[in-house]
Amino acid sequence: MSVDLGTVRRVAHLARLAVSEDELPALQGELNAILAFVEQLSAIDVSSIEPMTSVVPMSLPLREDVVSDGHYPDKILANAPEAEGGFFTVPKVVE
Amino acid sequence: MTALNQLTLTQAREGLAQREFTAVELTQAYLTAMEDARALNAFTVETPDQALAMAARADERIASGEAGPLEGLPIGVKDMFATDGVATTACSNILKGFVPPYESTVTSQLWRDGAVMLGKLANDEFAMGSSTETSAFGPVVSPWRREGDTAPLVPGGSSGGSAAAVAAFLCGAATGTDSGGSIRQPAAFTGTVGIKPTYGRCSRWGIIAYASSLDQAGPFARSVNDAAILLRSMAGFDPKDSTSVNMRVPDYEDAVGASVRGKRIGIPREYRVEGMSQEICELWEQGAGMLRDAGAEIVDITLPHTKYALPTYYIVAPAEASSNLARYDGVRYGERVPGKDIIDMYERTRAAGFGPEVKRRIMIGTYVLSAGYYDAYYLKAQKVRTLIKRDFDDVFAQGVDAILTPATPSPAFAIGEKSAADPVEMYLQDVFTVTVNLAGLPAISVPAGYSADGLPLGLQLIGRPFQEETLFSLAQAVEDSAGRFPVEDFWWSR
Repeated sequence: MSVDLGTVRRVAHLARLAVSEDELPALQGELNAILAFVEQLSAIDVSSIEPMTSVVPMSLPLREDVVSDGHYPDKILANAPEAEGGFFTVPKVVE
Repeated sequence: MTALNQLTLTQAREGLAQREFTAVELTQAYLTAMEDARALNAFTVETPDQALAMAARADERIASGEAGPLEGLPIGVKDMFATDGVATTACSNILKGFVPPYESTVTSQLWRDGAVMLGKLANDEFAMGSSTETSAFGPVVSPWRREGDTAPLVPGGSSGGSAAAVAAFLCGAATGTDSGGSIRQPAAFTGTVGIKPTYGRCSRWGIIAYASSLDQAGPFARSVNDAAILLRSMAGFDPKDSTSVNMRVPDYEDAVGASVRGKRIGIPREYRVEGMSQEICELWEQGAGMLRDAGAEIVDITLPHTKYALPTYYIVAPAEASSNLARYDGVRYGERVPGKDIIDMYERTRAAGFGPEVKRRIMIGTYVLSAGYYDAYYLKAQKVRTLIKRDFDDVFAQGVDAILTPATPSPAFAIGEKSAADPVEMYLQDVFTVTVNLAGLPAISVPAGYSADGLPLGLQLIGRPFQEETLFSLAQAVEDSAGRFPVEDFWWSR
């Protein structure tokens, strides 16, 4: 399977990566090289195989549903590019 | 007397216990060596004040008889580990200026046990690479050179800073992470010992996530025993990582030097890949000979799905990476590039902050997880992963204790030699190591010989789940026979 320029543009948007029109052809070539490489998997029949869902066989541990951490908003916000009044701030969103 | 920074961790621990030198003196020796080796570009941050303060406290604890297992031993930390108050960026511009307000579990255990932090070590951006050339801080230079040649070589990757620093005597040992070979390949390139433990053995909490079902932390060291010392402190159950395993951590040093008589070592025929060089074939045979001489039994085995491992990895790892790296959006940390609306801000921020290899993997991951392609790519890859794991299960069920393979298909290459080519060319570096991550198994890389042009070459031993002890015993048998591989020409400090 190979991707066309439209698909590269769509995937870049899905991935939230700004890609200029000039960059698209090179990216398309690289992605198609990788997709051609993984294409080897089409040689193998896995119709009766279960997908791996856990690397080490174990059940997910559960804990009490209680607050166990937190109460330090200043630490959380310390690395934010923009913060105000105890909140992260982003450009206005109106929908 | 050997310069303090050239002692192994084992020797330094003994010297400190015998009061032959202090932790402050030992730390100072490393700080001087680090200052002298900036041309290697191994460190992203040096923390000399913190190191000397930690060393002074270590000396107090040694004096009062309260020394921990790593008391006073100077360690370097891969930039993938969050370190409280010390810049942590995964060598990406998108995390520029990020100073974590918390410490990763693995590193907190090192400091709990008395280790001294020297600084942060460079890696490929978000651990995506096999040469440390994709680091936002520029490539790391290996302390090794080919005989009669001054061309700068890569230390491997992604943990290239860790490998170069340990090999160049800039730290006693170092932490690394390994998702497809990122500890074992650089260890092989630099004549150091590196182990990727079983998935779940070390907590992933506080390690910047790349591919969560593959990532595992492990040590780099100058001897097998040194690696055993460090792994014991790094390993252990952590309730903050739901995939960490609640099992006792053995004293791995007990396994170093234990007899390997009667151990069954499998030689997988599928690892004899097309175009493999004669020197790698010979190294592999010599390694089998060393283990046979130590009393192990060598048997031929088959791992039929080996050839599908790399393509499987290049679906699973990018898929997980595209999900994990969605968090870098210019809101909570790192750099922000303004845009006309919030989506535009995200897109510009991510375009400016991520390098080309990270973007490629995010794009591939997004594509294979997108509607209409999930079954064909991602689900299929997870099914093939089941088959790859089953290959190993079958071999272990036949009584094989460990599997011997080359660690890499070639010795270290020159900076720029592979990064300019098709991205797949670089991916082939992980052909022998990546199966192990897909199956969650432990594997150690141990230096065992030299290439024709004088570069170290490594062997890999793959073990049963949670049988790191067997790997330490076997790796020590290799070290006993092949010796250690210290760098002898300190060309960078002239």
